Amino acid sequence: MDAKRESDSRTKAERKSERELVVTRTFDAPARIVFEAWTRPELFQRWWSPKSFGVVILSCEIDARTGGGYRLVMRHGDAKPMEFFGRYLEVTPPSRLVWTNDEAGDGGSITTVTFEEQNGKTLLVMHDLYPSKEALDAAIASGSTSGTSETFAQLDALLAAR
Amino acid sequence: MVQYSIARLDRSFAALSDATRRGVLEQLGRADASITDLAEKFHMTLTGMKKHVAVLEEAGLVATEKVGRVRTCKLGPRRLDDETAWIEAYRQRWAARFDELDQVIAELKRKEKVDGRQKRK
Repeated sequence: MDAKRESDSRTKAERKSERELVVTRTFDAPARIVFEAWTRPELFQRWWSPKSFGVVILSCEIDARTGGGYRLVMRHGDAKPMEFFGRYLEVTPPSRLVWTNDEAGDGGSITTVTFEEQNGKTLLVMHDLYPSKEALDAAIASGSTSGTSETFAQLDALLAAR
Repeated sequence: MVQYSIARLDRSFAALSDATRRGVLEQLGRADASITDLAEKFHMTLTGMKKHVAVLEEAGLVATEKVGRVRTCKLGPRRLDDETAWIEAYRQRWAARFDELDQVIAELKRKEKVDGRQKRK
């Protein structure tokens, strides 16, 4: 439990500005290894949806090249499958990944992940830039007040697990 | 970063962990309502709805005001808590993912070590 708490606190998240969310975490491995786990579909599928989420990955296609695309199909319980897809605007192994989140239409964010290696460890910074303050507010509001939202389903699961 | 106390956040989470209470917040986001209105809308007894509103009020998510015999509910002074709670849930989601990612990475590291040794042979 203590070890879990410790690892939990290693992940930081903040709303950095009106349009940006940033998540950071350090991994005990060189950048090329962390990068590999983000870009190879068979590895990506193993960590993207932990059991506690109650979300099953039905399919996962990743073409991690600049200009390539990705498509992820997931299902939460008995709900109808949700699709997440977009394009890679930049893929620079092992230090940088930039992709679009096209399932949200015009309100979708652009995600930039950087992998910065220092003394064999990797600082990962995930940066989500929304097209406007309103788009990020809407993303937060839909997760904050909607009884059916995925985020709160997960929050419920977390609370139940306490 | 928005600062918050854990106790306050816990109260917000507890308040938001119930579907009816989230529905009440959604409703109050559109318009203020009396407890009687809310009880009707959510097919509950007045007493049941009073309890839900009390939990939301305790968490600062809802404010109530009694005028005559009617208690009116509106969204509370701490709207920001919505965002704080969302970001905390978001952070926890990533923390859970990254714990899994640690496992995958540890395995890749072990494999690289073994492969490296084999290459040297």
